[in-house]
Amino acid sequence: MTTRWFGAPVQRKEDDRLLRGHGRFTDDIGEGALEAVLVRSPYAHARVLSIDVSAARAMQGVAAVYTAADLPFGKTDLPILIPHPNLTHGRTQRCLASEVVRYAGEAVVFVVAESRYIAEDAAELVQVEYEQLPVVITPEVAARAEHLVHADVPGNVAAEMTQEVGDVAKALAAAPRRKRLHLRFERGAASPMEGRAVWARWSNAERKLTVFDSTQSPTSIRGGLAVLFGLPESSVEVIAPDVGGGFGPKIMLFYPDELLVPFAAMQLGRPVKWTEDRQEHFTAVNQERGQVHEVEVGFDDDGRVLALSDDFLHDAGAYTPYGIILPIITAGQLPGPYRVPNYKVRFQDVYTNATPTSPYRGAGRPHACFVMERTLDAIAAELHLDRAEVRRRNLIQPNQFPYNVGVAWQDGNSVVYDSGDYPALLKRALEMLGPRPQGDHVGMGLGVYVEGTGVGPYEGAHVQVLVSGKVVAATGIPSQGQAHATVWAQIVADELGVDVADVEVTSGDTRRFPWGVGTFASRGAVTAGNAMAVAARLVSDKAKRIAGEHLEVDAEDLELAGGAVRVKGSPQRGVPLAAVAVLANPVRYAFGGGTEAATQFAAKPKPGPPLPEGQQPGLEATGYYSPPGSTWAGGCHAAYVRIDPNTFRMEILKYVVVHDCGRVINPLVVQGQIEGGVAQGIGGSFYERLAYDSDGQLRNASFMEFLMPYATEIPNIEIDHIETPSPLNPLGVKGAGEAGVIPVGAVIASAIEEALGIPITEMPLSPLKLFDLSNRRS
Amino acid sequence: MRVNGVDHPAPSDPRRLLSDHLRHDLGLTGTHVGCEHGVCGCCTVLLDGAPARSCLMLAVQGEGHELTTIEGLTADGAALHPVQQAFHECHALQCGFCTPGFVMSVVGLLAQHPEPTAEQIDEGISGNLCRCTGYASIRRAVKRAAELSAK
Amino acid sequence: MKPAPFEYHSAATVTEACSLLVSLEDAKVLAGGQSLVPLLNFRLARPQHIVDINRIAGLEGVYERDGGVAVQALARQSAVEDSEIVARVCPLLGAAVRLVAHRVIRNRGTVCGSLAHADPASELPAVLLALGGNVVARSTRGERVIPAEALFQGVMETALAPDELITEAWFPASPERFGVVEESRRHGDFALAGAVRAGARLALFGVAATPVLADPKDPVLGLRPSGDLEASSEFRLHLVRVLTARAFAA
Repeated sequence: MTTRWFGAPVQRKEDDRLLRGHGRFTDDIGEGALEAVLVRSPYAHARVLSIDVSAARAMQGVAAVYTAADLPFGKTDLPILIPHPNLTHGRTQRCLASEVVRYAGEAVVFVVAESRYIAEDAAELVQVEYEQLPVVITPEVAARAEHLVHADVPGNVAAEMTQEVGDVAKALAAAPRRKRLHLRFERGAASPMEGRAVWARWSNAERKLTVFDSTQSPTSIRGGLAVLFGLPESSVEVIAPDVGGGFGPKIMLFYPDELLVPFAAMQLGRPVKWTEDRQEHFTAVNQERGQVHEVEVGFDDDGRVLALSDDFLHDAGAYTPYGIILPIITAGQLPGPYRVPNYKVRFQDVYTNATPTSPYRGAGRPHACFVMERTLDAIAAELHLDRAEVRRRNLIQPNQFPYNVGVAWQDGNSVVYDSGDYPALLKRALEMLGPRPQGDHVGMGLGVYVEGTGVGPYEGAHVQVLVSGKVVAATGIPSQGQAHATVWAQIVADELGVDVADVEVTSGDTRRFPWGVGTFASRGAVTAGNAMAVAARLVSDKAKRIAGEHLEVDAEDLELAGGAVRVKGSPQRGVPLAAVAVLANPVRYAFGGGTEAATQFAAKPKPGPPLPEGQQPGLEATGYYSPPGSTWAGGCHAAYVRIDPNTFRMEILKYVVVHDCGRVINPLVVQGQIEGGVAQGIGGSFYERLAYDSDGQLRNASFMEFLMPYATEIPNIEIDHIETPSPLNPLGVKGAGEAGVIPVGAVIASAIEEALGIPITEMPLSPLKLFDLSNRRS
Repeated sequence: MRVNGVDHPAPSDPRRLLSDHLRHDLGLTGTHVGCEHGVCGCCTVLLDGAPARSCLMLAVQGEGHELTTIEGLTADGAALHPVQQAFHECHALQCGFCTPGFVMSVVGLLAQHPEPTAEQIDEGISGNLCRCTGYASIRRAVKRAAELSAK
Repeated sequence: MKPAPFEYHSAATVTEACSLLVSLEDAKVLAGGQSLVPLLNFRLARPQHIVDINRIAGLEGVYERDGGVAVQALARQSAVEDSEIVARVCPLLGAAVRLVAHRVIRNRGTVCGSLAHADPASELPAVLLALGGNVVARSTRGERVIPAEALFQGVMETALAPDELITEAWFPASPERFGVVEESRRHGDFALAGAVRAGARLALFGVAATPVLADPKDPVLGLRPSGDLEASSEFRLHLVRVLTARAFAA
């Protein structure tokens, strides 16, 4: 193998097609499909008294209108994706509501028509009679439980979990100093540029269901559809074509449309498609970030943390399809890169009458980082110590790996950091940050974090060398912009000694690769990347065996380079990979492309059956990688921020990132991921919010009022890397997808607190919020 | 209306948005729809050479005008337009959904300011939302596009 | 989000447009469309008829008149931004139009459309008011001049009758000392609050149902701005003081 491509800033193979406007996003697929609309509840909590779709059904151009009563699965609760023993009161919604609606935006009726325009006209004729019920909004209100979101869930508590390492009560009591903090996060949204969309066709002739879905897990969708419709998996194909950003909410399944669109296609004998619009996206697509934390920390006069207790509420929303992964991640990641000898964390996952929550980039880690970083800042303030110094005194040292934090992780294992160098991250970040700029109302922010990446269960890959010499590879997980087609090609090209331009990767298409889990939790490079390496290694081993027989040379004396299998040290003695592919498939009938060499009367290397026992034809292999546990990335962000004392506008003067994702496969891609993550973090800290009123209505459900930052709001940032390879996987890689966003809130809060001299304990912020906090202070 | 140099009849339904007409009636799916209220810029095309939001125009309004979509910037198989080439070199796209809108906006920007300052670049791209890149690579791409266009 | 059905009419002349407006019940004028079409898409506006005036020839002029600048109905905001006449005669208008949304919106949006739309947070109505300009409104009943003080009546409400069309807006020449300052969340967003200075005159926007004239020495007198997600009433009053001070600093 070569090492030409691993670590190289290879420009993307995906670009040409996308730049020319030849991308294929789900809504781009027409093929005469009927178009659909979902009628959604306008109320956050209500009994459904009656649904009258007669006028809608009668409208010209309407093909069908479905309510729960029209669905064979109408009374089936959608699955809880990740069950957990502590999720004692998990609840999920049904495909279409018919008795109660529990969040504004919950789906009630599905209208299918010749065009979206007509479907929207018909949707207006649907008459649903609601009886409004009391609304529970905010985790605090939920915890008071004056009203219930689910009548059979006491206290609105879906789950409760307590974990303890050491003896916190004792350590707190003995600590020389103690401090309490109350920290609060409002909900946030991922808001990818492409909304969700589903397209489906049922072919009676082939007894096959084909679904295109803007999803982060086609294999899971396929499994679910097969079960729900009683079809063998081989009769269901799910493809994630080009996907315009995921960031988490597209790893949720099943959204009602993912079942309704295929169902309607099967019923109506025509393809059916549904594309959400931006307005409905705001309440129809899962959200995240709502948590309230009560922290108590015990520390000594040197600023060393002796004990930390955190009791938090997690806002589940109206249902818990994603289980309790989010609060588990927060709980598991809270100590971060620091030594916390006594740690207790308790959470309650509470229901509210709002959109359900599931991972959004960071997935519980931004909260964990915020809590820990604000706590350390509070310690520094109390002791009049430098904030960086307090961190230095508490960081886990490089000689302490593997480091067992002792609490549960989202893959069922315990949190164990495998490798890292946290002091180096901090040191380098401060070097890059440099001296404080002149001027008033300038503050410095700092945040160090870890990130558990590369969770299992596994991913797989198929790699094949074609008789043309070109290579094709496939994996089950899809891309939403992370350059998988380039990065996997780099791995395979190195293993097979070919040019990266000669490797074509297909991802997220169950027709090409049916096994796998999905793209989420910064796991792609670790799982699919390593699976690609495994499969490619199997291919390269086979190529050496076949070439070795042909050349009468031992396989160990061969290498793959320059598109050929060659003798090490004698590169002129070799067989082109294309020829090896031919030889790998003994044929009776040559069909061109050099296959004559593999026919029976061509020279045979040795006696025996043409296809040796235990061998398969073709120069291809399928490989899998299943990680033993998460591998832990880390980083440090630091920034200078100025707040205008009159308008409370924020100006980021400098923002630096030092990042460790183990061995970097493509530095361009990692840079892009970090730059994008930081932008989302800035957006979520100072511009975006989800403004629910007490009736559970989202008041800012449009891009005019949900303030995603433009370029003018996001500065250029400086990035540096360190690499502490992962000892857990052969490639030594760690995940990188979420890193950019995790500490941003902590950094900005810290900087603003210093700039204005007011304590910051909540997220997000805004000029109005700072104005109010300043007034309250004076 | 003339789209990428080819004449097309306008749709009969006056409420059909230009974005939908381009995508679904003419099969030019390179122009994307992100919000339908004019904020995100994914739908940006060139109307008589100047950037315009296709989601904020009725398709019938296109009659008598010259429209250029992303597909019209360069012929199939021909070399990329300098703006497209620059985006590729600078890794200024990830998921690619906002990209056609950005490219058309940048074509318009460079027509107005062939050698844009950093401020003019930010002003010129500030009407397009991107969720993937964080904009830094797009700034680099605009600078590079200006260089390539000058050649 | 697709518009509700409507009947579409394209006028070839101003006379035809006025004729359509008087004969059609529930009609809206489509000019730039940058404000109207989002409302149509959200189905917040559902007029039975749309009268498209974009095909009327000879209505996109920007010219000097009576010592000021006349901007005709179809003059795009970007044309006003680039106009040498505006730069020379009324640079205040040029400065304000640069703050409207983003260039791509200004390529289609019209100055007269912005005045007719009368969003309380928009810049151009406040500029007209600060300068003491007016609009010319045509209908089948004739033509009348509506001064700025009488034009803006409420949130998105003007003195225009349903069958009247603004054919031209007239902006007096900018005084030597002028300025427009605003505070918005993101670049190009509607202002949380804004101030237009035309000499000694001050007009505020984003803080009342219409743009309002104010005393530069006590700009918040009598103001009772509403609150929304990004600015409370108090914050708006605070911003008014800050922005007025900035506008009158030079």
